[in-house]
Amino acid sequence: MYPIIEKEAFSETTKKMVVEAPHVARKAKPGQFVIVQIDEKGERIPLTIADFDRKAGTITLIFQEIGKSTRELGMLKVGEALLTVAGPLGHPTEIAYYGTVICVGGGVGIAPIFPIARALKEAQNEVISIIGARTKSLLFWEDRMREVSDELIICTDDGSYGRKAIVTTPLKEILDIKGNLISKIWAIGPAIMMKAVSEVTASYGIPTMVSLNTVMVDGTGMCGGCRVLLEEGPRFVCVDGPEFDGHKVDWSNLLARLAFYREEEKKALEHWEEHECHLDNMLKAEDRRN
Amino acid sequence: MSLTNKERMKIPRQPMPTQDPVLRLKNFNEVALGYTEELAVTEANRCLQCKKPSCVEGCPVGVLIPQFIKALREGDMARAVAAMKEKNSLPAVCGRVCPQEVQCEAKCVLSKKGQPVAIGRLERFVGDYELAHRVCPLEPKPPTGKKVAIAGTGPAGLSCAVDVAREGHSVTMFESLHKPGGVLTYGIPQFRLPKEIVSSEISYAVNCLGIKILTDHIVGKTVTVGELLEEYDAVFLGTGAGLPVFLNIPGINASGVLSANEFLTRVNLMKGYLFPEYDTPVKIGRRVAVIGGGNVAMDAARCALRLQAIRDIEGREVRIVYRRSREELPARAEEIHHAEEEGVIFDYLTAPLEILTDERGNVRAMKCIRMELGEPDSSGRRKPVAIKGSEFEMEVDMVIVAIGTNPNPLVFNEAKGLEKTPHGTVVVKDWETGRTTMYRVWAGGDLVTGAATVVSAMGAGKRSAEDINRFLSGEVTSW
Repeated sequence: MYPIIEKEAFSETTKKMVVEAPHVARKAKPGQFVIVQIDEKGERIPLTIADFDRKAGTITLIFQEIGKSTRELGMLKVGEALLTVAGPLGHPTEIAYYGTVICVGGGVGIAPIFPIARALKEAQNEVISIIGARTKSLLFWEDRMREVSDELIICTDDGSYGRKAIVTTPLKEILDIKGNLISKIWAIGPAIMMKAVSEVTASYGIPTMVSLNTVMVDGTGMCGGCRVLLEEGPRFVCVDGPEFDGHKVDWSNLLARLAFYREEEKKALEHWEEHECHLDNMLKAEDRRN
Repeated sequence: MSLTNKERMKIPRQPMPTQDPVLRLKNFNEVALGYTEELAVTEANRCLQCKKPSCVEGCPVGVLIPQFIKALREGDMARAVAAMKEKNSLPAVCGRVCPQEVQCEAKCVLSKKGQPVAIGRLERFVGDYELAHRVCPLEPKPPTGKKVAIAGTGPAGLSCAVDVAREGHSVTMFESLHKPGGVLTYGIPQFRLPKEIVSSEISYAVNCLGIKILTDHIVGKTVTVGELLEEYDAVFLGTGAGLPVFLNIPGINASGVLSANEFLTRVNLMKGYLFPEYDTPVKIGRRVAVIGGGNVAMDAARCALRLQAIRDIEGREVRIVYRRSREELPARAEEIHHAEEEGVIFDYLTAPLEILTDERGNVRAMKCIRMELGEPDSSGRRKPVAIKGSEFEMEVDMVIVAIGTNPNPLVFNEAKGLEKTPHGTVVVKDWETGRTTMYRVWAGGDLVTGAATVVSAMGAGKRSAEDINRFLSGEVTSW
């Protein structure tokens, strides 16, 4: 069991958790992920390692509450524990001196882009970062991102903070001005954002790494549910990735595969909400009796 | 009661009581119910107690077959269990999943008349008796102070762990999933091997022998072989063949094409058949094609049938698509029989060419071609050859690929000197011991042989354990 040491709500739906998992912390590197399972009945879900502290033996997870499992995860309190934290999985980001690089983080993707930006900065790169979200409340770690970036651009879809734009708008502007100076780009966020970023950067011919978050069960190469179609054929996100050249990804195949369990995800959430409401009502009824 | 051999040979082979094929489609409960004591004794009375028992030669772990059968029919169950456990630490498992018809039972003298002693069923009876009564405790020798690391908690790792721990060495096992057992836990379905049996056998061994199991530890990621060698005196690798092979045909990445590994893991390990009470969903199509003809293909097809029946899917169909004929099916005879009984459709001499999708990227059909059998190939089986112009479309909405698995390459990370074959398996210097090209590292099971059987992995784990014990005692020091 892996106890939750610290918890913070970045927004209504974005949560941060620091979990004691020394076996993962000792080996974790930027770009890697863990498989987390809440309890015996839970599902195994992949979450990127947003940060780690080898000395304390902890890792930081940041997630958005979307479905049943992430909502349940978000309800856990400090002191409670997770059944499974397995990892670190996947290849780490290839950190090197490239020159000037751009890091794009969208929504909860800001969490995994942070350790990459930090490592790139430590490797003497000039780091330009762009972070964006639908609205102000979904943004987080502006200060941390600023610390590791030479330039930070913030945007929101609704204009509630920073520029009113999607991340590809400032990205395109930078590339128009100094595209020839940019050596490499990392983009992490919703699949649709990574697809848009890859499409933009393809026309400038700048290598672009995306970190894919696909359907996964074991995370160790055993199920193949995570497979993504690249130009050279299918690859497993868990063991061959999670980072891939965004220009080689078959995005329509990826998006179709991501939607495969949508119906079941909805059903799981409904079932859970019903159960939760039932519990709520029972507790209320007891209150009345008292 | 003493019978003559003539009398013994007159007793017919006792059938295994099974769950009704129609009723069992609606549940995941065990299909083969096990012998009653009466059936077991009757069957045991058929054994002729050969002076040179060839059945034992057919067993990869060399179970003392005549001895356990004799004790059983004499009503001395404690002795039967002890004889069994001498060579096999997991009889309740082997009795259920071994392909006895090509092993011990194939060598039984009575098999010439097509009626070998049902050794597997008797083994299971003894194993189940031990599970219920625990008459044969595993006792370790005094601690030696030596430490052994075992990667993988499947059949190879478990049998190795038991034999090494009995010698008094301290054993730590590393498991990548949240539950131990390897393929016994994630792969083989509940209706063939109840998970309670697997967990009971594991926890019993672990408790008796003080074996430590670290779950959520992926060897090659969480900890590498190199790191294990710094802390342990010996390392055994039994990480199996967990990497699914996909066909190289167009459409293989469509939504609705999944590996048997994924399907079975969702069903067995994650209990997806109990969704939404359990969180892991498992989808089931109306028309499912399972590609392959091994035990994994049968397991997947039979799980698919059950999910369809439980969810009351109309017009449901599950077919096995196999490029050779029934004779070449590598699955265990009993599984083929059960699959046929349950209504799996078998499309023999059929090979998939392409998976066709609808506008949303979901599977809608599979383009196939008919095959015929030509000359024998390197495996000795007749090679399937495509019949020109016989292409046709098979209407399916889900495809499960069960054409085999390869060893997971993660174990090779930072394992300097651990050589691998072009097939991705570990090179062993000596099959008798399972020694690898890396000093103090042994390997066995599917990681060495490629996908094979539970019992052959157990045999390999056992042989390596013997060598590890010799090595740690200082009896042999060379490498």
